[in-house]
Amino acid sequence: MRGSSHSPLVIILAKTDSGKIRIVKIHNGTVIDHIRAGHALDVLQILGISGREENTVTLAMNISSSRIGTKDIVKVEDRFLEDEEVARIALVAPEATINLIKDDQVVRKTRVKLPPTFTNIVRCPNTRCITNKEREPIAPKYQVVSTAPIKIKCLYCWTLLDEREIVERFTMY
Amino acid sequence: MTRLFNLIAIQDLAREDIDRILDRAQEMEEISKKRSNQLGSRIMACLFFEPSTRTRLSFESAMLRLGGKVLGFADVGVSSAGGKGETLADTIRTVERYADIIVIRHPLDGSARLAAEFSNKPIINAGSGSEEHPTQALLDLYSIRKMKGTIDGMHISLCGDLKYGRTVHSLAMALSKYDVRIRFAAPSQLEMKPAIVNEIIRAGIDVEEVDNMADAVKATDVVYMTRIQKERFPDVNEYNAVKGQFRIRLEEVSLMKPDGIILHPLPRVDELDPAVDATPQARYFDQVEAGVVTRMAILDLILG
Repeated sequence: MRGSSHSPLVIILAKTDSGKIRIVKIHNGTVIDHIRAGHALDVLQILGISGREENTVTLAMNISSSRIGTKDIVKVEDRFLEDEEVARIALVAPEATINLIKDDQVVRKTRVKLPPTFTNIVRCPNTRCITNKEREPIAPKYQVVSTAPIKIKCLYCWTLLDEREIVERFTMY
Repeated sequence: MTRLFNLIAIQDLAREDIDRILDRAQEMEEISKKRSNQLGSRIMACLFFEPSTRTRLSFESAMLRLGGKVLGFADVGVSSAGGKGETLADTIRTVERYADIIVIRHPLDGSARLAAEFSNKPIINAGSGSEEHPTQALLDLYSIRKMKGTIDGMHISLCGDLKYGRTVHSLAMALSKYDVRIRFAAPSQLEMKPAIVNEIIRAGIDVEEVDNMADAVKATDVVYMTRIQKERFPDVNEYNAVKGQFRIRLEEVSLMKPDGIILHPLPRVDELDPAVDATPQARYFDQVEAGVVTRMAILDLILG
């Protein structure tokens, strides 16, 4: 399904008067828009959203976008993302926009921005890295070395992680 | 040019910093013979969490030749850090209160960087996991400069275990600051880390990769041989598959340039045939001499 199909996958839909498919609005929460098509599940994973939380989550994949061709959208009710969480989204969806909704109004609209370094996002895959030693009072730190494709480097042992490893390891943290 | 405080990784140094260390090492040739008391009031702690002969003894010799004092442990089993499970961060926060400078060797990658984060005293990395060994790289550069008269313009083969060998990681990064050509020669399982190859190519260095010894030694000025790092293999079967694959024998020496040199950080196992020792290309025991003066230079630049 990822990347190759352009047929929309939409969960929780509403039809407008004109008959167009539209994802239902949320009253309070966060809309993550302009996610690269096929990466909505990665965004959920990197935010630690499993679907077993109480929040209502709306997800649409492979829908048309005037800005980036096809895109995914994720809406999370009653959850407001921290700046650090917004930065993490940039690792898998660098073009994403974040809309903060309060009482049906967009109160803040921002584009994700990849910071030059990240702390504590994932465990280093190098088992011999000092950051994996038990009880040492340090957090893994990474430097972004490439944005397209995304690559980050452990600042302790210089191991490189690509996007897939970041997403996979995120859920292990 | 900023004053040298920690020495954790080669990539933290600019070329002028490296040249300054090499120039000071040259000045130390004379002082190492006469001895001096310029670090007479200073104490160096050596924390060796891994075995070492040359690095620890040459650091201690360097400090003693400059009049300083030395304390520390060479057997981690007798320290709280090894026997009682103390964290490295706690060991460092303790030892920094006993000494003016800490020299650390540790089996985990990134350990020296952690030490620097927790210490107010200077930290020198004497080997961190399979990642970095910056003082070895500096003494290697000093050896090349002394034996060949220059580093710029050299064509250098780095051979053997390029994946786990920390000396080649640091040396490759150090060479990338000079106008050199580098040939990486390793079995496919032990190729240089992609992160380091990327950095070197980005620095504009002409890089070539080969997978056999014959191609490794031809037409280069320096052949830098390394031991297969058995202790760093996660799986012994992986080690058995590659051991003995990369060796320099008289046959390989005959393929070298007549004025080419063979260096090796030592210790060696079987990758350098003892018959090679008698050839004019074999310079690895002369290379050992550079260890003391280079480490004297580093201690003097940090503490002097």
